[in-house]
Amino acid sequence: MHRGLHRYAVFTACATFCLIIAGALVTSNEAGLAVPDWPLSYGSLTPPWVGNIRYEHGHRMVATFVGMLTIGLVYWLWRREERRWVRRLGFIALGAVIAQGVLGGITVLFLLPTLVSVGHACLAQTFFCITVTLALVTSERWNQPLEGSSPWTLPALTTLSIFLQLAMGAALRHKGFGIIPHLIGAGVVTVMVMATLYRVLSRHSTQRALVQPAAILAVLLVAQLLLGAGSYIVREATRDAAQPLPFMVWTTVAHVATGALTLACSVWLTLVCWLLHRREGQAVPIAA
Amino acid sequence: MTYQKMFTAAAIAALLVAAGCGGGEKKEEAAKEAAPAAGGPVTKVDPATAATITGKVSFAGKAPAKRPILMDAEPDCKGLHATPAYVEEVVANANGTLANVFVYVKAGLEGKNFEPASTPVMLDQQGCIYKPHVIGVRIGQKLSVSNSDPTTHNVHPMPKANREWNQSQPPKGQPIEKEFARPEVMIAVKCNVHPWMRSYIGVVEHPFYAVTGDTGAFEIKGLPPGDYTLEAWHEKFGTAEQKVTLATSATQTVEFSFKGE
Ligand SMILES: [Cu+2]
Repeated sequence: MHRGLHRYAVFTACATFCLIIAGALVTSNEAGLAVPDWPLSYGSLTPPWVGNIRYEHGHRMVATFVGMLTIGLVYWLWRREERRWVRRLGFIALGAVIAQGVLGGITVLFLLPTLVSVGHACLAQTFFCITVTLALVTSERWNQPLEGSSPWTLPALTTLSIFLQLAMGAALRHKGFGIIPHLIGAGVVTVMVMATLYRVLSRHSTQRALVQPAAILAVLLVAQLLLGAGSYIVREATRDAAQPLPFMVWTTVAHVATGALTLACSVWLTLVCWLLHRREGQAVPIAA
Repeated sequence: MTYQKMFTAAAIAALLVAAGCGGGEKKEEAAKEAAPAAGGPVTKVDPATAATITGKVSFAGKAPAKRPILMDAEPDCKGLHATPAYVEEVVANANGTLANVFVYVKAGLEGKNFEPASTPVMLDQQGCIYKPHVIGVRIGQKLSVSNSDPTTHNVHPMPKANREWNQSQPPKGQPIEKEFARPEVMIAVKCNVHPWMRSYIGVVEHPFYAVTGDTGAFEIKGLPPGDYTLEAWHEKFGTAEQKVTLATSATQTVEFSFKGE
């Protein structure tokens, strides 16, 4: 294992998390179209630093930085990483970040079509999960021997439900759907996370590698439900405001950011289960 | 299938889906570009028989509380206001009338064509507020958007029937000149740099429209005698319709009334 590579992968994942926050700030401030051109901003790399241009161009700058980090990561993985699937995942990350940049450009040039904006939000979460995965699988801990076994179907389904829930949230933000699908999603995710937590605690309570992500996932879920309710209340209360107010913006951005962390945490748990399952070298029946 | 392959396939599928979503809107936009040119001879209105509609838009009840604009983060905007700025959504006049109401002939002029407008309609940005808040423009008439501010704006009308566009305008920059191809009441205009900035454009096929000001009055002159449907539109209170029959050379009075809280 290359320690520097792991640290770099962690840094890339953290930068990607910041990028998600920057993107959420754009949406919440209704700044998506403050810069009408793309890839340049007002025909330059240094547009006038006023109003919502700050958010939109700031997002583009962080995105460029993450794009460059990803190129570096792919190169490093390609040189140092022995596992072929990890190297491949690096290339997928690069493809995703490029596609994401183009998608961001399309949202600007085609004036924020709902589907593209939602696609941009979903691909952001996907890319974040890839960077988190790369950070995890390059860690020393990942390559230490693990004991026991745990079916990965349930955590994988939990991850899927969280991803779909984030998509519903994005659709709500970009006015593709109302609040109802997102509320139903919240119920489904809560049940899935609780079931996952229950299983980990009841069958694998001594395995720290499983208990840790499962517990963090549960904490994030509670925080996320509170933030969701909070941002809805604040949004309703400020509905008549002349412009997006900072308090509303930050509650919503915190909700989006915690959503990303929840998904990433579920990916973490799924990966550990998958690893255990793989090392066991035989199929594990999907237990009820 | 191995898990790696499944993951790769899923990731590629996600990318394709995301990329595919981008294409759909293009066609729709292209369709909006083509103008349904109103053909046929120009209808001459005989001044001797032309009729007039005059009236006012009255306002009953309480106007909602004025919504202040927070400009602290934008000194270039704030500097142009001696007193706090408010959103011009509901402007109730002292004489019990309502400003910023778009009144126009909605029906009764079908098949008639009128002399095209030769002068552009002006829309300015002053202190990061659109002036005026509500305007009317005819199909094919020039809309000239100017920027009197020392700061950058983007001008972004959000029509449903017309083609949407978004263009930036530097401080005191060249006016942006545009036309609308289809009738549409109303098109919201937004500046995404300053999210409080909003105005409305009513696009009509004929010259028979008016916007109420600080007296709440309107006048629509030079109409051929006949039966018409008149509509009044307000940003917050919606629309109201009235049927009007205009006799030769008549001046007909019409009153609309909107209600607050
Ligand atoms: Cu502006």
